[in-house]
Amino acid sequence: MSVPNEFMSSEIQPSFFKRLNIVDWIFAVLLVTGSIYAFQKYSVLMDSYEVGILFGTAFSFIAIGWLWKPARGLMFYVAILSLFAIYLYGTELAAGESNFFLRFLLSAQSATMWMSALFVMATVAYFIELFSGNVFTGKVATAMTWSATAMGFIGLLVRWRETYLHGIDIGHIPVSNLYEVFILFAIITALIYLYYEKRYETRSLGAFVLLVITAAVAFLLWYHFEKGASEIKPLVPALQSYWMKIHVPANFVGYGAFALAAMVGVAYLIKDAAVKKNPEGLLATRLPPLDMMDDVMHKSIALGFAFFTIATVLGAMWAAEAWGGYWSWDPKETWALIVWLNYAAWLHMRLMKGLRGTPLAWWAVIGLFVTLFAFLGVNMFLSGMHSYGEL
Amino acid sequence: MINKKHSRLNVLLEFFGSMNLAITILVAIAIASVIGTVLQQNQPYNDYIIKFGPFWHEVFQTIGLYNIYGAIWFLALLVFLVLSTSVCVYRNAPVMLRDMRQFRVNVKEKSLRLMHNSQSWSTEKSSEEVEKTLRYFLKLKGFRTRIKEHDDHRVIAGMKGAWNRSGYIFTHVGIIVLCLGAYLDGSFGLTIKEWTGRIIPEVRDIRADQVPATARLKAEESGSFRGSISLQEGTSSKIVFLNIRDGYLVQELPFTIELKDFRIEHYASGQPKSFESDLIIHDDLLDKPLEQTISVNHPLIYRGYAMYQASFGDGGSNLSLVAWPFHSQKIQKIDVNVAVKEKRTLKTSAGKYTLELDDFKMFNIFPNTKEERLETGKQFKNFGPSFTFKMRDATGVANEYHNYMLPITQNGRRFILTGMRNSVAETFRYLHIPMDKDDSLDRFMTFHALLHDQIRVKRIAQTSVKAAMGDINKIDQKMQADVVRSMMNLLTLFNQGGYVAIDQDIKKRVPKDKQVKVAEAYVKILQNLLQNTFLAVLKQEGVDTKKSVSDEDNLFFEDAISALAGIGAYGSPVYFQLAEFKQRESSGIQITLHPGQNIFYLGCLMLIVGIFMMFYISYQRLWIILKPESGKLMITFAGSGNRDQREFAKTFAVLVSKAEKFTTGK
Ligand code: HEM
Repeated sequence: MSVPNEFMSSEIQPSFFKRLNIVDWIFAVLLVTGSIYAFQKYSVLMDSYEVGILFGTAFSFIAIGWLWKPARGLMFYVAILSLFAIYLYGTELAAGESNFFLRFLLSAQSATMWMSALFVMATVAYFIELFSGNVFTGKVATAMTWSATAMGFIGLLVRWRETYLHGIDIGHIPVSNLYEVFILFAIITALIYLYYEKRYETRSLGAFVLLVITAAVAFLLWYHFEKGASEIKPLVPALQSYWMKIHVPANFVGYGAFALAAMVGVAYLIKDAAVKKNPEGLLATRLPPLDMMDDVMHKSIALGFAFFTIATVLGAMWAAEAWGGYWSWDPKETWALIVWLNYAAWLHMRLMKGLRGTPLAWWAVIGLFVTLFAFLGVNMFLSGMHSYGEL
Repeated sequence: MINKKHSRLNVLLEFFGSMNLAITILVAIAIASVIGTVLQQNQPYNDYIIKFGPFWHEVFQTIGLYNIYGAIWFLALLVFLVLSTSVCVYRNAPVMLRDMRQFRVNVKEKSLRLMHNSQSWSTEKSSEEVEKTLRYFLKLKGFRTRIKEHDDHRVIAGMKGAWNRSGYIFTHVGIIVLCLGAYLDGSFGLTIKEWTGRIIPEVRDIRADQVPATARLKAEESGSFRGSISLQEGTSSKIVFLNIRDGYLVQELPFTIELKDFRIEHYASGQPKSFESDLIIHDDLLDKPLEQTISVNHPLIYRGYAMYQASFGDGGSNLSLVAWPFHSQKIQKIDVNVAVKEKRTLKTSAGKYTLELDDFKMFNIFPNTKEERLETGKQFKNFGPSFTFKMRDATGVANEYHNYMLPITQNGRRFILTGMRNSVAETFRYLHIPMDKDDSLDRFMTFHALLHDQIRVKRIAQTSVKAAMGDINKIDQKMQADVVRSMMNLLTLFNQGGYVAIDQDIKKRVPKDKQVKVAEAYVKILQNLLQNTFLAVLKQEGVDTKKSVSDEDNLFFEDAISALAGIGAYGSPVYFQLAEFKQRESSGIQITLHPGQNIFYLGCLMLIVGIFMMFYISYQRLWIILKPESGKLMITFAGSGNRDQREFAKTFAVLVSKAEKFTTGK
C-alpha cells in the first residue's frame, strides 16, 4: 500500500506516549521520585503489600494525570500544600494550634472546613448559573469545586500525618471511620463530576450533583460538631490491614459514581417533566438533552459498578483474611451485594427495549437510597462486624 | 416428534435465558437479602416469639425467615441465577464468538442505508484505488478489515474492539464460576449429611471425646467448614467445634494445634491494639513442628486449613481471694485460692455456700463521658482487673457478683466496687464500699463489725442517750432504757436490710397517718447511734473526736452508711477481695476449610476482567459497499457501535467526512 500514504500522513496518529508533552513527563518523574523517596524513608514501616500499594498508586496517578490532564494540576497543588503543612507541623502536633497557616488553612480540621464552605458556595453558584445562564458564575462554580476538592484531599492527607503525630502506633490512613469516608465521598463525587463537566461541556448538572455533596457536607459538619467525630482514634485490630487502603477507596468510587448518577437522574426527570409542560421553559432549555443525561447516567453507573465490583471482591478477600471466610452474610457485606445486584439489574434493564428513559432515571434515583442505606444506614441501624463508624 | 421435543426445550431455554427473568431474579435476591439484614438471623426462638407473637413466629419459622441464607427457596433463587446465566451464555456465547471473527461481508446495500449511521456519495476514482485508500484509512483508525467481491459490487467490512464481546463471556461465566465456588464452600454438604441422617448435632454439654460418632466428622470427610476452638496456654487440640443452630459437631483435624502463648497489647489509652497467639502445629507430615504467630488479619494457612485469631478469654487464671465476713462482729478473714471455672465450698455465718468462679478479666475499659474526656484528655478509662462469680446457697439458689480489684476515684473519694444481680437478665447493681486513708477496707469493716457487736453498741447507745437527756431520775431511767431498746431494734433492722427494712417495719406496725412522723423520728434516732458508733471507731483509730470531725471523715461516714444499707440486699455473707492473681489466658481460634475459595476468586477475577472489557472496550463495526453505477463509483458507508450511541455518531461523522475527502480527492 504505497499510493495513499502521502495525502493520508496527517491521519497517522502518533502513539500515545509520543503524544505526551514535557509537562506530562515531569509530572511522571515527580511522582515516581516521590514514591521512591517515601519508600526509602518509610519502608521499615511497610509490609510488601503496602510497598505494592505505594507504587501501584503512583502509577495509577500517572495514568490518571496523563489521561485527564486537569488532574495533574490538582495533584500538584494538593502535594505542595500538604507537604507545606507537614513541614509546618514538624514533629509537634501542637503546631496545629500555634501556627497561623495550620490553624486557619491547612490543618486537617481547617482544610476540611474550607472544603465544606467551598462546596456549599459552589452549589449556590451552580444554581445561580443554572437559572441566570451567567457564564462567569459558572466558571466561578467550577473553580470553587476544584478548590474544594483540593482542600478535601489536603485535609485527608494532613490528617494522615496528624494520626502519626498522635503516636507512631496510632497512625493510619484516614479512611477508617465514617467522618473520614464522608470527606472521601464528597471529593470523589466532585472529581467524577468535574470529569463529566469537561467531557460533556455542560455546567447545568453541577447544581444537582453538588446538592448531594452539600448534603454530605451537612452531615459531616453535624457529625463533627455534635458528635466530636473528627477526633483521631487508634484503629481496632480488625482494621489494621493493608486491605483497607484499597478496599475503602474503591468502594467510594462506587458510591460517588452512583450518587452522581442518581442526581443526573433527578435532572433527567425534571427536564422530562419540564419539556412536557412547556418546551420553551427555563428548565426545559437550560438542562442538557435527555439522551446526553441518559448517557452520563449510564457511564457513571458503569464506572461505579466496575469499581464497586472490585471493592466488594476486595472486601471478600479481606474478610477471608480477617474473619475466616470470604462471605459471612454480615449486614454490611449483604448490603454491598444488594447495591451491586440493584445496579446489575439496572444495567440489564437498559438493554431491554422500551425501558429506557424515565423508568431508568427513577431507578437510578431509588438506587441512591439503596446505596445510602448500605453506606450509612447499616452502621446506624444494624449490628455487625463492620464495627467502624457507629453513630 | 423430534421437532416437538426441540420446541419444548426451546421454550425452556427461552424462559431461562430471558432478560426479564434475569432482572427478576437479581431483584428477588436483593429483596430477600434485605429481609435477612433487617430481621436478625439465627437468634434464639424465644426472642422471636416475644417479638412477633406465637402465630407469626410459626409462619416466619416455616418459611425460613430466621435463616434466610440457608432457606431452601433462597438457595433455589441462587440456583435459578446460575441456570439463567448459564442458558444466557449458552445461547449468546456462540453468537459473540462468531461476532469476534466474522466481518459480515455479505451485507446488503439496502440494510446499510437503513442504518442509523450511514452515508453515500460517489466518486470518479476506480474501485481498486478507493478500496486501497479506505482500507488503509481504516487500518490507521484501528479497524481490522476484510473484503469480499460480489457480482456487481464489493464489500469492505471493518471491526474494532472485538474483545468487548469476550467481555460478555468472561463476566457471565465468571458469575457461574464464583457461584460454584461459593456452593462448594457453603453448608450444603452438611445439610445433605443431616438429611440423610449421617450426622445429628449434639446438644448436650459433654466432653469432646464422649461425643458420639453421629456428631463427629472425620478429617478425611471434611468438606468446607468453619469451626472454632478455645485453647488455654500450653494445651493443644486435634478437633474443632462447628456450631449448628443450638447444637454442635466435632470436626477432627489431620494435625494437632497447640497454643504456646497468647498476648494482648494495648494502646496508651487502654484500647486493645493487637491480639496474638503463638501456635505450634504438630503433624506427622512435618519434620519438626511448625511454629507461627497469628493475629487479627494474619492467619496461618496450613494444608488448606486456615487458622484465625478470633477471640480470647480466660483459661483458668488463679486468684487469691480474701473473704471478709458480713453480718459478723468479728473480722475473721479467710484466704481462698481458686481458679476460674472452679468451685469452692465455704462455711459462713449464714451456712454453707458454694463459690463458683466464672471469669477473670485483666482490663475493664469504658468510654469516658464528655466531661471526663475534657478533664483527662482520654477517650477511655480502665477500671483494672475484675472477676465474676456466683454464690450458691445450700438450697441451690445463686446470685451473681462482679468484683473489681482496685479502688476507683469518684468525686475525689475512693471506693471499691462490687456488683450483684439475681439473674443474667438484670444488670449488675454496684455496692460502693468506701476506702480509708490507706486505701484499705479496714475502717469500713471495723465499723461494720462494731455495728454487729450488740454489747458494745448497746453501751454506746446508753452513753449517747444519757448525754442527750442529762440527769437521771427513776422515770427517766425507764425512758432511757426504752429509747436504747428501740435504738437497738432499729439497728438490727438496719443491719439486716438497710432503710428498706425499717420502712417496711413502720408500714407494718404504725397507723398510716403517723408513718411519716415516726419515720423521721426513727431516722434521727438511728442516725444518732450510727454517728456515735462511728465516733467510737475514730476514737479507736486514735482520732481526737473532741474537736469537730473532719470533712473527709464525714464523707466517709455518709458513704459507709450508704454501703452498709445495701449489704442486706447484697445476698452474699462475705465480700471477696482480690489480693493476687496469676493470669492464664485462652485464645479463641477459628479454623476453616474452604476448598472452593480459589474457584470463587477465579470467578471474581473473570467477572472483573469481563466487566472492564465490556465497559471500556468500544466495539465498532463499519461497512463500505463499492458499486460502479453509470460510470461512477457509488460508495455507501455505514457503521454501528454497541455502546454510547452519541459518541459513536460523532466518531462516525468524522470518519465519513474524512473518507469522503480521501475518496473524492476534494
Ligand atoms: C449476577 C448476574 C449478572 C451480572 C453481574 C451481569 C453483568 C452484566 C453486565 C455488567 C453487563 C454489561 C451491561 C452494559 O453493557 O451496560 C451485562 C450484559 C448482558 N447480560 Fe448480564 N449479568 C448477570 C446476569 C445475566 C443473566 C442471568 C443474563 C441472562 C439473561 C444476562 C444477560 C446479559 C446480556 C444479554 C448482556 C448484553 C451483552 C451485550 O450484548 O453487550 N446477564 N451483564
